[in-house]
Amino acid sequence: MLLHYEDFTLGCEFPLGPHPVTAEDIIAFASEFDPQRFHLDDAEAKSSVLGGLSASGWHTCAMLMRMLCDSYLNRSAGMGSTGIDEVKWLKPVRAGETLSGRMTVIERRVSARRPDLGILKCRWDLFNETGEKKIEQVGINFMKVRAP
Amino acid sequence: MMGLYLEEIEPGLRVDLGTYAFTRDNILKFAIAYDPQPFHTDDKAAARGPFGKLAASGWHTAAGWMKCFVAVNNAHAGRAVLGPSPGFTNLRWLKPVYPGDTISYSTTVTGKRDMASRSGWGLVFARNEGVNQDGILVFSFESKVMTPKRPA
Repeated sequence: MLLHYEDFTLGCEFPLGPHPVTAEDIIAFASEFDPQRFHLDDAEAKSSVLGGLSASGWHTCAMLMRMLCDSYLNRSAGMGSTGIDEVKWLKPVRAGETLSGRMTVIERRVSARRPDLGILKCRWDLFNETGEKKIEQVGINFMKVRAP
Repeated sequence: MMGLYLEEIEPGLRVDLGTYAFTRDNILKFAIAYDPQPFHTDDKAAARGPFGKLAASGWHTAAGWMKCFVAVNNAHAGRAVLGPSPGFTNLRWLKPVYPGDTISYSTTVTGKRDMASRSGWGLVFARNEGVNQDGILVFSFESKVMTPKRPA
């Protein structure tokens, strides 16, 4: 049975990942969407502020999105999103790291205009394998109400 | 941005960043890799979904902005090179982006300040937008990016 708004109680958590990060993926995403040197070439990246090859922050957001789909969205009555309140790119994401974390429901309500539409405010946190937090994101998931 | 050092950037500076064309092929490629929700990957499911037909992942719309922003900055190689960003706020997907849409992106500086933690660097704050071929605002967010000060 598909997950609906009722299944996302306040404070409930869904695990995210694990998702391995490879140099090939970092360079492929950056080449297409974010061709800055610290996302393309390890030698050049070593002399940059980031200190070594690091994923584009937008790539980290995209990887997080994939983890949401694999964790809960693609077995839910998800209805998209209007946006993201805040993203913090806390630490560089490196090739060879494995990302995992959790989604937490921090606010929830049913739309006043559409009683069949639930609005979840979620926090998504990702860490590497040693527990270093890499990204913190707060935003919206729309979710159909099972019994409006 | 645009090769400008922190001292050369003032609030109100607006830069047109160019356009990104969304096609069925690039929408599917991005969504299958990063956002395989049925309304981004499957026509039949999308027809019953929140956007009425196949639509681009919102993160694809965001990545299109970054592609245009970096292209403009990379065209000014040899001057100030941007550092990374600590994050962003208030990202809004205001309207769906469909195959065939061309989005014109822009950035407008809203503020700047020194970074206490890193000498030689400041942060530049901006409001960023994407407008479709009909002039409708579809995407916006507020950014901050590390920007070098002019060398002494």
